[in-house]
Amino acid sequence: MSLIEFKNVTKQYKNGVTALYELSLSIEKGDFVFIIGGSGCGKSTLIKLLYREEKPSKGSIILGGINVGKLRNRSVYKLRRKLGIVFQDYRLLPKLTVYENVAFALEAIGEKKKNIRPKVLKSLELVGLKGKVREYPDNLSGGEQQRVAIARAIVNEPKVLICDEPTGNLDPLMSMEIVELLSSINQKEGTTVLMVTHDKEIVNKMKKHVIALKDGHLFKDYKKGEYVNEIL
Amino acid sequence: MKFFRVIGRSIRDAFKSVGRNFSLSIAAITCVIITLIIVGVALIIKENVESATTKLKKDLSIVVFVSNDADNFDVNSLETQIKGIDNVDPTYVVYQSKAEIKSSMMEESETFKNIMEDWDDKENPLQSVYIVKVIDAEKIGETANTIKNLENVTLVKYGEGMVEQLIDVFNGVKNFSYGAVIALVVVTVFLIINTIKLTIFSRKREISIMRLVGASNSSIKFPFIFEGMLIGVLGAIIPIVLVIYGYYSLYNILGGKLITEIILLVPPKEIVFKIGLFILIIGAVVGMLGSASAVKKYLKV
Repeated sequence: MSLIEFKNVTKQYKNGVTALYELSLSIEKGDFVFIIGGSGCGKSTLIKLLYREEKPSKGSIILGGINVGKLRNRSVYKLRRKLGIVFQDYRLLPKLTVYENVAFALEAIGEKKKNIRPKVLKSLELVGLKGKVREYPDNLSGGEQQRVAIARAIVNEPKVLICDEPTGNLDPLMSMEIVELLSSINQKEGTTVLMVTHDKEIVNKMKKHVIALKDGHLFKDYKKGEYVNEIL
Repeated sequence: MKFFRVIGRSIRDAFKSVGRNFSLSIAAITCVIITLIIVGVALIIKENVESATTKLKKDLSIVVFVSNDADNFDVNSLETQIKGIDNVDPTYVVYQSKAEIKSSMMEESETFKNIMEDWDDKENPLQSVYIVKVIDAEKIGETANTIKNLENVTLVKYGEGMVEQLIDVFNGVKNFSYGAVIALVVVTVFLIINTIKLTIFSRKREISIMRLVGASNSSIKFPFIFEGMLIGVLGAIIPIVLVIYGYYSLYNILGGKLITEIILLVPPKEIVFKIGLFILIIGAVVGMLGSASAVKKYLKV
């Protein structure tokens, strides 16, 4: 049984635009997957469906036994606790320090006070920011801010880490560092990682499982190492 | 245990975020202060109008003229009958004999004195009266009619026409003051809700991140609801102090009456604490409702 299972998923937005057509795919536990494709191919819709920001119009999405599409609004938090989510624009709270930003995720889900500090420090150490706990996000570089966002996403030890263009705002060097960080989290913690990107260089270098979308359809599902300098 | 941890954290967060979003909190609190002061003043006016009209209504009385043919027995039976009428206040049915009236009129003016001096009891054309107060001033006309039909009653006077108009005016003033208070409370509610919405709008991002990391809707709502309550309660303090202190000093400066002795102010200790409590409750409840409704908007997907 796969960890994530899309069955004939169609997503049509209220304005009539159809972003995904009858999409079926499955992702195994512990996998590292790139989701690639041109603008408007449905990559972002695909992951929005995964964390239930959007509901599928047709078909079903199962994540770790949860039928995501059928989840009621007030139960969404049960799904979100199994996920870590990282965005292109980091989405940090500027008035909180690095430490507080990461701790915020644990406080929000009612974690015990005595567990918060060790978990936050462990996760900041994992992303290599243990020396910057007292800094505010605005004083950090883009790469560092993204590391904070990753630390916040993994502090809760999620089953799946979803990254929506996490390197979109970063230069190539920093982008590579972030992807390598995600890859090491994938290997060390066994967290399943889904990363949406349009950075071909990264995808080529990493040689991971790649799901390519085109115009809302599954273009090709490349198994690990199959994707070599493909042009979409 | 977890429930209490969440509640505890909510209260702590509420204080923290009032401090953190200081300028917006101050704006919201100021708005609460101003509107609640107006509500407080309106409530004081309402209480005074109400008490003045009630007092004036209580002073309305019916004068019942007793036939000069009635003997002592008749008069006593008349009194029992009057007291037996539904709307009559049985503790205030006062008898004045014609001799008493004569002497009181003689005291009033020299002219009366000169004329009346020579009258003996038989010659005295005046009539004994009963002065009757009613329980419900609005039914004074009916009650007067009932009394008129009793035996040995020659005439009943209660200021016909004038009294009805006066009661209409009293009721109008009272309804107006009620309406004004209700309208003000409604306006306050909207003002406070909108200001709190503004504070919460500026924290949309915070709420969306809380949802993203898996905070349940109720655990997101709680701190905001506490925060709204805190803003309401903090905003209620100054109006409460002003209402209590202000009304006490006003009462002392005016000597407990407004212009004439007819309109007496309500003694402060009878109303200020009631009004203070009311203001506090409005502040707290409206603050909570405002927050809850504002947050709700951001908890939908």
